Amino acid sequence: MSAALVEVKDLNVRFVTRESTAHAVNGVTFSVQPGEVLCILGESGSGKSVTLRALMRLLPASKARISGSIKVDGQDVLALDQAGLSRLRGGLVSMIFQEPMTALDPVYTIGDQIVETILRHKGGSKAAARARALELLELVKIPSAAQRLDNYPHELSGGLRQRAMIAMALSCGPRLLLADEPTTALDATVQIQVLILLRKLQAELGMGTIFVTHDLGVASEIADRIAVMYAGRIIEEGPVADILANPLHPYTRGLMASTVHGQSRDRDIDAIPGSPPDLRQLPPGCAFAPRCAQASGECLAAPPEPRYPVPGRMARCVQIAAKIPEFA
Amino acid sequence: MSNAMTLPQQPAKEQAAPKQRGYWGSVGYRLRYDPVTVFFGCVVLAIILAAVFAPLLAPFDPYKESIIGRLKPMGWKGHLLGTDELGRDLLSRLLYGGQVSLLMGVVPVAIATVVGGSLGIIGGFGGRRVNTAIMRTMDVFYAFPSVLLAVAISGAMGGGAANGMIALSMVFTPAMCRVAETATAQVKNLDFVEAARATGAGTLTILRYHILGNVLGPVFIYASSLVSVGILLASGLSFLGLGVKPPTADWGLMLSTLRQSIYINPAICALPGVAILVASVSFNLLSDGIRSAMDVRL
Amino acid sequence: MEEPADRGGPAQPLLIAKDLRKHFKVKGGAPGATVRAVDGVSFTIHKGETLGIVGESGCGKSTLARLLLHLIEPDSGELVFDGDPVGEMRGISVNALRRQVQMVFQDSASSLNPRMPVRDSIAFGPHVHGKTKAESSRIARDVLVKVGLKPDLFGPRYPHELSGGQKQRVNIARALAIEPRMVILDEAVSALDKSVEAQVLNLLRALKENFNLTYLFISHDLSVVRYISDRVLVMYLGAVVELGPVQEIFSRPKHPYTVALLASRPSMDPANRIEEPPLTGDPPSPIDPPSGCRFRTRCQFAETVCAEVQPVLGQWNDRESHIAACHMRDPASGHSRAMEVN
Repeated sequence: MSAALVEVKDLNVRFVTRESTAHAVNGVTFSVQPGEVLCILGESGSGKSVTLRALMRLLPASKARISGSIKVDGQDVLALDQAGLSRLRGGLVSMIFQEPMTALDPVYTIGDQIVETILRHKGGSKAAARARALELLELVKIPSAAQRLDNYPHELSGGLRQRAMIAMALSCGPRLLLADEPTTALDATVQIQVLILLRKLQAELGMGTIFVTHDLGVASEIADRIAVMYAGRIIEEGPVADILANPLHPYTRGLMASTVHGQSRDRDIDAIPGSPPDLRQLPPGCAFAPRCAQASGECLAAPPEPRYPVPGRMARCVQIAAKIPEFA
Repeated sequence: MSNAMTLPQQPAKEQAAPKQRGYWGSVGYRLRYDPVTVFFGCVVLAIILAAVFAPLLAPFDPYKESIIGRLKPMGWKGHLLGTDELGRDLLSRLLYGGQVSLLMGVVPVAIATVVGGSLGIIGGFGGRRVNTAIMRTMDVFYAFPSVLLAVAISGAMGGGAANGMIALSMVFTPAMCRVAETATAQVKNLDFVEAARATGAGTLTILRYHILGNVLGPVFIYASSLVSVGILLASGLSFLGLGVKPPTADWGLMLSTLRQSIYINPAICALPGVAILVASVSFNLLSDGIRSAMDVRL
Repeated sequence: MEEPADRGGPAQPLLIAKDLRKHFKVKGGAPGATVRAVDGVSFTIHKGETLGIVGESGCGKSTLARLLLHLIEPDSGELVFDGDPVGEMRGISVNALRRQVQMVFQDSASSLNPRMPVRDSIAFGPHVHGKTKAESSRIARDVLVKVGLKPDLFGPRYPHELSGGQKQRVNIARALAIEPRMVILDEAVSALDKSVEAQVLNLLRALKENFNLTYLFISHDLSVVRYISDRVLVMYLGAVVELGPVQEIFSRPKHPYTVALLASRPSMDPANRIEEPPLTGDPPSPIDPPSGCRFRTRCQFAETVCAEVQPVLGQWNDRESHIAACHMRDPASGHSRAMEVN
């Protein structure tokens, strides 16, 4: 097996303030192969965005305490100095965000911002960088790209801004693309355009991608594998088709049942009762146990260890091995 | 048919509440861990108490002159801080002077808060015409440098403590009006105000219940920072002879009269200045600290 | 509080909106440039039904919601509530309308006053309508129970101490406190996590049954609209493009925009992913909408007649009919496909 592009082992992130400590990420381990799309699926408070930002060390240094190991393309990200981090960000690893209006600088044109990134990482002349910027805008299918180079972010619509941000992220040929809910703020018709674009670009350029979302539909359209997070832990992982067809963990099942998608109008939706735990006061056992219909004493004692009922699939639940006879 | 009569409830376990503290409680909590603010808060408290209890604390009569005891050094015959150019005890005069200086610093701010604050809220909430009328009028006053404006108004009115306070009130009102107007304009467009309108509430009700509570915060913070400026400006007016008249004890006036004696006893002559400095800085830092504590990340 | 009397009887629609129009002047734009946010919208809402309104950003659905409550004054058009014209001499006043129609806003940081505890925010409504403080407090407690929150536990809390789902329950409680007959839900579940959204939707269903409410449910999420609505209205750039019973709209959409919107939903099946986007580009600006049919710039069936004549919606006050504002559906339009489609 070729070396993984991303290898995260036992990542822990805590946010420490005077008043409390929030355990945002608790022992997360995963890997991403080159050219693969991993989707981290979770709701707010699951730790998915924090995990993503930890990969580029974008968390506030004063409050965040990170431990564990993060390796991107063989480099130990947590050991990098400022210069190394600067080279990593935008060069080897790039990120696109949810709100393009706040991620793009409003006082510079799109062209200027892309050119700046290119010059920073690749050097060369301004003219060459501008030509490359034009190429990129055409790659992300922005109409009238030549004029758009001189537009300011507020002159573009939401969908175009998002494409411009993608162009900026791709400008230096990153091998890893991190996407933090980039389509959540977009309309449905624009969202599908951007998703298809990302899928095509990812395949063409062979980038590994980690895509964070809370939307199962988005995951189904773009992921090769899904990792479901809850209360800072990955509680299920596997190929996208398998997970959608046959979710193992009770939370994943609950999530699917409660996602509104063609349910009968006469009955209530099977909502998961209760709400996610307070990250400052995590229960000692399985974090989902208080809301789980199948919880037993064993669940409350200690966080479940990962189980691998089938190669390629993982679930942290003590109940599953007993319940899936075909995998026994 | 599903649960027609029973409404979905949350399981009891989820509702274990985090310790409730309320808004002011969390402000107080944050302040406890800010030693600088707490220290200067104590200093401010000491200054206020000293001024209030001046009659009890002052060792001598601040108006009693003495020809032979002029400009004596600290510690001479019981005068802890020496005497001034007319033989009066400096410590007593500083204590009594605190009354005047604080009064002249705080009263104009209070007046400006009420007048300027009200005008600002009306300007912020009213339509475009009301807003323009009020704010552009304020701009005219705001355009003048504050010291010049205070001197001009006070001088035109003939000086004296009361006129000085009126002048300072007029100087502070436009600034306070602006702060209130900005805060009101921001709150006016928030969803919960629209929700209140949708419930059928009238303008006055919305102002009272929803706008006022959210505007008083920034206004109060600004007012507390204005007090330190007020003390400075008031002392300045007295220094120029436009504030209180002699023989009333006042820090600015004392600085002015002691100025000529600076070669004889420099330490004593600087003391009123030190008092002004300490008072002004303490109020300033206290208000800074309160502002940070009130800046709750809600 | 007693329920306001049902004045019009069961056959009378609860709300009739006729030709509502609202244009906003563009600040700093060319003189005369206006944002045509709502441009001639007509529909009815019947007692006890849930009308869903779908559309994307810029379609005017939020402006429409505010027009219905007169939070924004319409430039022209009529509103008739249970047979009484709104804002006119012989009809009901805006204040009386607001006693019977309430709105639940999207969960946001500013949907609740951050300086007021929850119970005061809820008690504000009854208090404004004349109840004493004690009465209003009691009503607030009752309604908190109805939305599934324990009054002693949640009443004294401040909004920043609540989760998103809890805040939305409080928003719903606030709307119900004055016992309205109709509730407008403006993207009420859009900002919530999916599992919380499910809880709130269940709550809304139960409340509707228990308290005989009529809902106007505005959302951009088609699946949610399909679940909760009886009829659906599709908006595009300030105009209604399709209206009909929910099953009809979702299984036999008539307008090309609706077709594209439905096809843009993720497939949920990784083996059958959507290969080509059903609709390209972004919606045009509502400042200068295309002449004739607004959708023609993105429609694959557009012809000359679409640029010249604005299509007509049809019988919008008939509860059962399924109509679309499209020349292809109008045999008399002159569109080449008009005959074959029908």
